[in-house]
Order: sequence, then structure tokens, then C-alpha cells
Amino acid sequence: MSIEKAAETANLLPGASKRRLPPEASIFLVLIGIALTFEALGWIFVGQSFLLNQQRLTVMILQVSVIGIIAIGVTQVIITGGIDLSSGSVVGATAMVAASFAQNSETPHAVYPTLTDLPFLVPVLIGLALGLVAGVINGSLIAYTRIPPFIATLGMYVSARGFAKWYTHGNPVSLFTPTFTSIGTGIVPVIIFLVTALIFHIALRYTRYGKFTYAIGANRVAARISGVNVSRHLVFVYAIAGFLSGLAGIVTIARAESGQAGMGVGYELDAIAATVIGGTSLTGGIGRITGTVIGTIILGVMTSGFTFLRIDAYFQEIVKGGIIVAAVVVDQYRQGRQRSR
Amino acid sequence: MRMLSPSTMKSVESGAVPQAAYLLEVEGVRKAFPGVVALDGVQFRLKRGSVHALMGENGAGKSTLMKIIAGDYAPDQGEIRLRGQPIHLTSPLDALENGIAMIHQELNLMPYMSVAENIWIRREPTNRFGLIDHAELRRRSAALLTSLNIDIDPDASVEQLSIANRQMIEIAKAVSFESDILIMDEPTSALTEKEVAHLFAIIRDLKAKGKGIVYITHKMNELFEIADEVSVFRDGRYIGTHAAQSVSRDEIIKMMVGREITQLFPKANAAIGAVALSVRNLTLPGVFTDISFDVRRGEILGLAGLVGSGRSNVAEALFGVRPAHAGTIAVDGVEVVIDSPTSAMQLGMAFLTEDRKETGCFLILDVLENMQIAVLNQRFVRAGFVLQRAASRECEEMRTALRVKAPSLYERTENLSGGNQQKVLIGRWLLTRPKILILDEPTRGIDVGAKSEIHRLISNLACEGVAVIMISSEMPEILGMSDRILVMHEGRVTGILDRSEADQIRIMDLASH
Repeated sequence: MSIEKAAETANLLPGASKRRLPPEASIFLVLIGIALTFEALGWIFVGQSFLLNQQRLTVMILQVSVIGIIAIGVTQVIITGGIDLSSGSVVGATAMVAASFAQNSETPHAVYPTLTDLPFLVPVLIGLALGLVAGVINGSLIAYTRIPPFIATLGMYVSARGFAKWYTHGNPVSLFTPTFTSIGTGIVPVIIFLVTALIFHIALRYTRYGKFTYAIGANRVAARISGVNVSRHLVFVYAIAGFLSGLAGIVTIARAESGQAGMGVGYELDAIAATVIGGTSLTGGIGRITGTVIGTIILGVMTSGFTFLRIDAYFQEIVKGGIIVAAVVVDQYRQGRQRSR
Repeated sequence: MRMLSPSTMKSVESGAVPQAAYLLEVEGVRKAFPGVVALDGVQFRLKRGSVHALMGENGAGKSTLMKIIAGDYAPDQGEIRLRGQPIHLTSPLDALENGIAMIHQELNLMPYMSVAENIWIRREPTNRFGLIDHAELRRRSAALLTSLNIDIDPDASVEQLSIANRQMIEIAKAVSFESDILIMDEPTSALTEKEVAHLFAIIRDLKAKGKGIVYITHKMNELFEIADEVSVFRDGRYIGTHAAQSVSRDEIIKMMVGREITQLFPKANAAIGAVALSVRNLTLPGVFTDISFDVRRGEILGLAGLVGSGRSNVAEALFGVRPAHAGTIAVDGVEVVIDSPTSAMQLGMAFLTEDRKETGCFLILDVLENMQIAVLNQRFVRAGFVLQRAASRECEEMRTALRVKAPSLYERTENLSGGNQQKVLIGRWLLTRPKILILDEPTRGIDVGAKSEIHRLISNLACEGVAVIMISSEMPEILGMSDRILVMHEGRVTGILDRSEADQIRIMDLASH
């Protein structure tokens, strides 16, 4: 018997009416803790402040914006109880295709010599559409053939990367129109990231789409019996994830001013890590965009902080892996405590 | 089989009294969790060679007490004496080694392993290379199962066994530990009448072998059939113990609820209207065949039959969960196609499924999300946005009307008792204002108080003109609530009885055709 059952019969539970802290609060505290640790270590070992350096902070958030955009889609996929391994490859594929439509007329060997100096919306829309198609394929495979999301998106992981390489036979595509590269300049990527986060934060919390997404992750069968068209909804969720990978691909090439077939390698894992650090449960039904945003920033602070402390880049990865695992351990502990509270 | 288990002998060596009058004595036990006292001043005594039933509403403290006895929880206060000797159990494994075995309500078997492997897990016989001796494993299992009159192949994979057979395996496993004390938590909740009879035969046999059996149940008739003594709990407190022969059903109910329940099945006479749902020759090959019936507005049609007779499959077909391959369904006289729950809901149907945890609740979500999910297909949504204020208000009204005991709408459903979870699910469907309500075992595993509330609710809905189809394995419920009773046997309708002509014997006769 759970305590609640006894409590409700005894009409007790004094603490139950108290509002619980939102789950993001604890993640936010972790972020503050990590930042302050780097601040202290900074004064000790480097002799300067880590946080009071606007340039460093700007670079940091710029670096993680692309991961953040992907993670927003991945969060929704994971809330349904799924996983998306294809994000990084979809970034690569959309990067190449969008790049080929973004070239200016001075490019000596343009991919499409007759299609240069196009308005910047053309490569953007083509990139987004390609991401969307990849997502729809993922979602349809998962919803209608009922193969596990891991396998379906693993297939896309391989194929989309292959497509990225095949498209120009591995040659980089560069020399873009200035309007297109403006997408990647200044803090535009950060704005895209935060606006995307806001849109999907609202979608998950205040729309029927959001309610159904959580319901599918919490209990797929019960969701279907409650009138949720689970298959259609899953296609929709994976399509959004693909679309956002496409968006990330566009931002990536606009920042780099070049499209390369190897772009986005490993991004899917960073996005999953950011999501999980942000408190989204891999078993589905639990998770929030605000948590994912904080998770993304935690990843950025760590990379930036390690570099600031002049820690070997390879060594950073060792520590990063440990922190991701630790985040999940803490999360499971928290879940377990809530359950047997 | 020896009269004394190794565990008993072990404790005898340390000073226990082997033939102590009580196998187990619990005195003044208190257990508090943050914010709540789950048990206080509780006592319990288990005699050797007897069946001791524990009764009480969900949340009365039975399960907490059993978890203390089985070593899951440590009590804050009080004493537990095993064969006259004080004992402190540290874990379920510790309890098992002291001869206390718990058979859990949720079965804890490994589905892809064989029966023999499940029974002897961690204790497999090994050959001289230290590897598992499968021949010996099989032989031991066969001997054990034969001694218990259980006819199951030790090599069968557990996933292929029925719930009843899995239960038998759990019991065999407990017996294999030569435990003196067996705790059974609602063992018959998924069993058919015949399987219950088999279980009781096994229990009587164990009793004759000197074991003490603690039997948690909600079913009154079982109590009088199998128990020697009964202890009643309420709100974490011990109410009393009686010999089963010297106590009446009404007395026990009174002890459990602290009030008299005048009528267990308060079915009101509703005005019967036009045919709401008409089913003709519905067939799903291999599952059910040629099902035909009508349900009228205001009518409660009971669906009786043994577990596995296809009742739930018919309900699933009607609601589009697993549609039938042939036959017709008409709603309000118009023939319709129902190929998904969504299309059934659009026709004003609602379906409370049999398995609350697996197909009903979103356990990790709060009461509000659980309640509003279905109605969001119809109301409270504008341009995709949920009109949360209006939806919450109506959910709160529903929660009050159904008397769901939860601190707030924001409580996780997981933390509610079974009866309250069921009320939340009923609330989910009532918000959709159904015209046809299909209920599959609406009161399974919930306590007497909540049960009669749910019965009253169903009756009220019928009075409001809802056509109700109610599947139930509990005969008193079927007889008490239904206007007509459709009986199924092996996927076919074997008879439809009117309320006036139905009785237990006729139904059982049709159900076992």
C-alpha cells in the first residue's frame, strides 16, 4: 500500500497541498553550481573571472544554439517514449542541399550554376522541407511498421549521412549570398534557438498536441483508447524533430559559410544529452522544454569552462560522458523518490 | 514433505518454540511515512495450520502490514515474534530465509524463462562443472508440481501460461522454499471459478501440512469458504479478529466501513427507451462468433461468462480497439463503421477497460491530465489550444462529484488507491457525456465503499438515459445491476436472460454450456 492511500483515508498529508518546486528548479541550481565552480576555479588557476566576460558568454551560447534547436525536437520525441538518432545526419544532409541553393553568382564551380543568387528563403525552405521529409519517414516507419524508434532512426542516421556525402561526392559547398549568411551572424542563431524553444514550450504545455504527446509517452495503449490517433501523432512528432534538424543544418552552414558532408556528426548525442540533463525521462511521459534549454546551456558552460581552464579538449570528453551519466542517475533517483514518496 | 521447514529448524536451534501456538505474532506495530501514519497499534496473530483472512478497504493498512511481515518495510514501533521469538527482518530475502513467502498481487515471474527456471531461480541444481543441471531441475520441478496437483509442464515458457497458471507457479515457488508462512494478496482476482476451486484445494492441502496462510481478499464469499479467522483493518488501525464461522457478512462489512451499507447494489428502475446500440452477427475469427444483441437507452446489459469467453474482446470490437471482421453495428438505428476508438467516441461511446494500470491510467501523469484527455477530442480546445481554466473547472467538479480522494487535481495518479484511480477513469469518460457506456469489470479489486459508490453512479447514468454494457465476473454484481444478462461461452452467446428470470445457477449453466 502506498502512503498516499493511507493518507487519503486518514485525511492527513499536511505537506501535500504545498506546491512542489518545478523540476527545472533543481536543474537550474545545477547550472548555477557548475558556473560558480568555474568562477572559483577561474580565480584560483587563471586569475580572472569566468562569468564576467560577455564575449565568452556570447560565444558559449552561440556554440550550443544549434544543439539546442535539435534538442527541442529530440525532447518531444523522447517524451513520447521514443528516440531520434538521425538528427546529426539530417543536419549534414540538409546542410549540403541548402548550401547548394545558397551560392552566389561569383562561385566558380557552383553545384547549380544557373541557380545562384537566389533569395535566401529558397535554400531555407528547401532545407526545412528536406528535414521534414526525413522526420516523416522516421515517424511513418515507427508508427506504421511498429519497428523500434532506435532502429528506424538508426537507418536514417546511416542513410542521411550517406546522402550528404553522395550529394556533392564529398566536395564542400561554399560562397553563399550575403543575405543567407546573415542567418548565422551575430546573435541570430541564439534568437532562433530561443524563439523555437518558446514556441514548443507553449505547444507542449498549452495545446492539445502537447497533452497528447505526454499521454502517448505515459501509456500508449491508454492514449489510443482515450481517442488519441497515436500513429498520426507520432508521425507529427518525428516530423517536427526532422524539421528542427533541418533548421539546425541551415544555421550551421550560415555560420560556417560553407556546407560540408561531415557537418553535425555526433550532434544527435549532444542533443539527447542536453535533453536528459534537462530532466526528460527516457521512459517517456516526463520532460519540459525549459529543462532542455537549461540542459543545453549546462553543456555549453562545461565546454566553455573547460576551455577557459585550458583543460585538454580530449580530456573534456571523458568528463562530459561522466556528467551525462550522473545526470541520469540523479534523475532516476528523483523519479524513484517521487514514486515511493 | 517435512512438517518443519529448514528455516524452522534453524530458528529452533536459536531458541524458538517449534510448536508455538502462534507461528507469527505482531504486537503494537506502528509505521509512519512522511506526513502520514499508515499503521498504528496494529496486532495480528497467525496460528499454525490455519488460513487467516485480512479484510479492509483499500488504504486500510493491510498491504503495509504484509510488507512489514514480508520484510519490505521496517516498523517504527512494535514487536514481531516468529514462532515465539522476536525477530527483525531486514529484507524480503531475509523473510524468505526465515520461512515467510509473499505471493504478490502483481506477479513477479520472468515471462521468457521456463516454469522450472522461475521456481528455482538462484537455487538451481548444478552439475560437477558448476553449470545448471537441467535434468535435475526438471525432475525437481515435476515432483513439486505433482505434489501440489498442479498440471503444468516444467519446461513451458511462463509467457504462454494463463494468469491462473502463473499464480499456481508463484504458489509452487513459495512452497519450494518450504516456507511456514504464505502471504497471498488477492490471489483470485484474475481466476475463473474452476481455478479458484483448484487454488482452494491447494490452500487446504498446505493448511493440513501445518502452514499458516495470510489471505488478503475483497471477496466476502471466499472468506467464508476458505478462512478460519478474519481480521479487519480500517484507516491504519486494527478493528478486530473473529472466527470465520461466528461472524456474518454484514458484521464484517460494518467493521470495514465503520457504517452500515444498507444496499450493496442500489440499482434504480430506469425508464427504458429506444434501442441505442444494435449488434448483429459480429465475428472475429478465433475469438468470437455471431454475436447479436441490442441495448436500449436506460438499460444495463450485463455480460457474464468465464474469463476467456470473449466478453472483453466483444467490448474491444465495439469500441474499435480491435475491430470485428464481419457483422454490423448500428447506433440509434443507423449502421456505422467503427475502426478505431476515435470513431467510436465520435458516435458517443465510452469504454472503461478491464486493466486499469495497463490500458487505463497514465500513472505518471496527474489526475487532471488523466481526466481531461478524452474530452479534449470534443471540447475545451480552440485553435489547438486547451482552454485549461474551463477544463480544470469541469474536472474539479467531476472530482468532487465522484468523491475522488486525492489532495488535488495535481496529484500523480500513481499515488491514488485502486478505487480512486477507477473513479478518475470513470470521470474521464463521463466528461465526454457518452450515450453508450461500456464497462469492463468496473469494480475489480476495489474496496466495498468505492464499489457501492460506483454502482450507484452506473445506476444514475442509466436513469439519465445512457445505455450501459457491463462486463463483470462477480455474480452478485451482474445479478444486482443488470436489466438483462447476456451470457457468453467460448466466443458465442449462449443466452440472454431477463432480470426476473436470472439467477446464479442459470448463469453458470449457460456460461459453462
